[in-house]
Amino acid sequence: MDKLTRRRFLTLSGVTAAGALAVGATRVDWDTLMTAAADDPLDPDAAVLVVVTLYGGNDGLNTVIPAADRAYQNARPDLAYQPEDVLDLGEGLGLNPGLKGLKSLWDSQGLAIVRGVGYPEPDRSHFRSMAIWQTASPRTSVPTGWLGRWLDATGADPLRALSVEPVLPPMLAGAQTAAASLPLGGLTLPGGKLGAAFAALGAPQAGEEAWQARASRSVADLHNVVRVLGGAAHDQSGEDDPDEKRDKGASAGGSSQLAAQLDIVANLIEADVPTRVYSVSLGGFDTHSDERDTQQRLLTELDGALTPFVQRMKRTDRGRRTVVLVYSEFGRRVHANASDGTDHGTAGPVFLLGEKVRGGFYGEQPSLTDLDNDDLKQTTDFRDVYATVLSDVLGTDPGRVLDDHRGRIDGLLRT
Amino acid sequence: MPDLDERAAVRRLHDRFCFGPRPGDLDRGFADTVDRLLAPATAATPGLTLSPPVVAKGDREARKDANRQRAADEKTLTGWWLERMVATDTATERLTWFWHGHFATSEQKVRSPWHMLAQNEKFRRSGLDGFPALAREMVVDPAMLLWLDGNDNRAGSPNENLAREFLELFTLGIGHYAEQDVREAARALTGWTVRRDSAEAELVARRHDDKPKTILGVTGAFTAQSFVDTVLARRESAEFVVGRLWFRLVSATPPAPGALARLVAAYREDIGSVLRAIAAEPAFRDQATTLVKQPVEWAVGLMRALGVSWESLDDKAVKQFGNGLRGMGQLPFRPPSVGGWAAGGAWLTTAAGVARLKVAQLIAERADLRSVTGVDAIRERLGVDAWSDRTRDALAKVADHPGQLAAVAACAPEYVVSR
Repeated sequence: MDKLTRRRFLTLSGVTAAGALAVGATRVDWDTLMTAAADDPLDPDAAVLVVVTLYGGNDGLNTVIPAADRAYQNARPDLAYQPEDVLDLGEGLGLNPGLKGLKSLWDSQGLAIVRGVGYPEPDRSHFRSMAIWQTASPRTSVPTGWLGRWLDATGADPLRALSVEPVLPPMLAGAQTAAASLPLGGLTLPGGKLGAAFAALGAPQAGEEAWQARASRSVADLHNVVRVLGGAAHDQSGEDDPDEKRDKGASAGGSSQLAAQLDIVANLIEADVPTRVYSVSLGGFDTHSDERDTQQRLLTELDGALTPFVQRMKRTDRGRRTVVLVYSEFGRRVHANASDGTDHGTAGPVFLLGEKVRGGFYGEQPSLTDLDNDDLKQTTDFRDVYATVLSDVLGTDPGRVLDDHRGRIDGLLRT
Repeated sequence: MPDLDERAAVRRLHDRFCFGPRPGDLDRGFADTVDRLLAPATAATPGLTLSPPVVAKGDREARKDANRQRAADEKTLTGWWLERMVATDTATERLTWFWHGHFATSEQKVRSPWHMLAQNEKFRRSGLDGFPALAREMVVDPAMLLWLDGNDNRAGSPNENLAREFLELFTLGIGHYAEQDVREAARALTGWTVRRDSAEAELVARRHDDKPKTILGVTGAFTAQSFVDTVLARRESAEFVVGRLWFRLVSATPPAPGALARLVAAYREDIGSVLRAIAAEPAFRDQATTLVKQPVEWAVGLMRALGVSWESLDDKAVKQFGNGLRGMGQLPFRPPSVGGWAAGGAWLTTAAGVARLKVAQLIAERADLRSVTGVDAIRERLGVDAWSDRTRDALAKVADHPGQLAAVAACAPEYVVSR
């Protein structure tokens, strides 16, 4: 497949990595792994990573806000926050008023903000840009996600990474294995003969067609997950959020109910399951119109989910070794459009939270006057953030996941 | 890879061009089946009429009522479409489903089942005709304009949402246009406006930018329609559209150059001709061109194979069915993004497995399974060519209970994947 055709198919499938996941790979024997876990349990010092994906392109300039900057006020007169509205962080920047909990974390040194994060030659397609962030491969399309490659590199055990969504994000698909996933409704399996027959579908069949082998493997993984997690239960709200303003930016994917997702994650972390990486998401950031209300509601939701999660994590040993990473596929245009919204842009801020994080600013704030085609110039490569997290949270040599990328952000995490 | 035999090829036709075979369908020949599937659709189920959404202002109670009505209309609409999928004899519903995923629009933001129904009827009416007519309808479709911020796209400061996705996802594909084309295309589409209680969008002259633009190297004032024509005139557009059909109906491996040329030639006729051309391709009979069934395709196909009609589901079962689809990650009228549904391994998650078994039980409980006397009988009934030893062993554990046997068989890899 030539590069462009391949990219087209991968991108359009909506599942860049997972759709092209290499299949028929070595099946991990669960009992062997469990025996190994019992004989040689997860290091009590092992840290945990929680990745929060904000789908749709969060407007970074209205998240970490240069409110006093004339150029900011001039570029988006009806959309701009005034200096007295924002939560002051110093260096001429302030947090969106929806992020009050994060401001208190900032004040206690528990929030790091990496500014101007992006990648070279920005792509303004949601799908391509999200694929770049999730595969960590800005120049060529690859069929694996960055955390999927980490899974591949560290033992190919699907329980080591867990997505709390029904469809697997590409970030978690490796060449040999894919992360497990757990729905908000919890997992309960039937017993008796029916349960035994269903479980038996998970037995490997020599020479089976690749997708069928994957289907069988998913049944086996399901039973393993349930055995270990005991079917973490949580109320599933079948009704959708009827908040019209909040849903105005919904055309670019992602989940709602972030607090519920993080609640499950907190339970699992405290139960000491052998998972090192969790993936959760919040959608709705594609704010082409009436942005101010919509984005502030979403950021308030983010704040209301993250703050109690981070506070709760402070109470256990494992929790104190948990780092939360928050990112979006791009920021938005500096200038507002006529709909009181902003169109797709480039670099934006990345947040890291937790006890392991050394709070404060990292990276340069992009200039509002030295623009590239009306967009911010990136000042920090996103792979620098990944490399830092890989080495200082997951204890893995970034070179095994990020190829030849050498950058990292010193001092960001306590080791 | 060896080719499928005639019976398996007929089953694949039903899997890919419809929603799976019903009892008796596999006794017909391949050519006969192609003709039957591509015949004009006869209405197997009645049409649906919904009312325009109530525009509730101010009063909290009135807004709540409007929300309740909208939720009820969406349930009606979703049930109506699923009923058609279960009952259909032709490719029309499957193509309606395909276009719904291609021009992916979600009720989550549109908030008007009435407009979603109107869009859906356009897919049904034009889905097998030429693509250009459908593309021209979609660029000014009210649900699409509500979904991609068309109302906010005005002269002076355009909103790029619709223009970008139209080029990237609907007609050309990434890499075949420049950023400047997106900006100019957005200007060409300025002024198209939809009122929530109006069935058609209208062009509001004072919001439209009628100054010259240059799109894909063509300079002109551009109407929405001439914009579409300019885009579709690009050689890459036909290849892109037939590539998307191939991806969903045949395989994630793109067509070989020769096949692509034949499909593009058929595309010049209409989409029905593309389907005929696909069926005639050697790759269509290749055993290796497997697809993971999307959850809706799987669930509807199971109802068809087991002879369970949509009307036989009571309110509680309909709700459970909806919860099951949500658990598997696919509710009609609610694609996750404008990029459409996931594909392949993304459906094969651990979490989806639980929901799949629940839906299989729900359907199996309502089926007449008197003729399902064992492991081979359920294989025949589901149209599966052969069970693996693994699946045979699993099914043997419930062989004396037809309902459980059917439910577990429906979750078997041999049925979850379309061979």
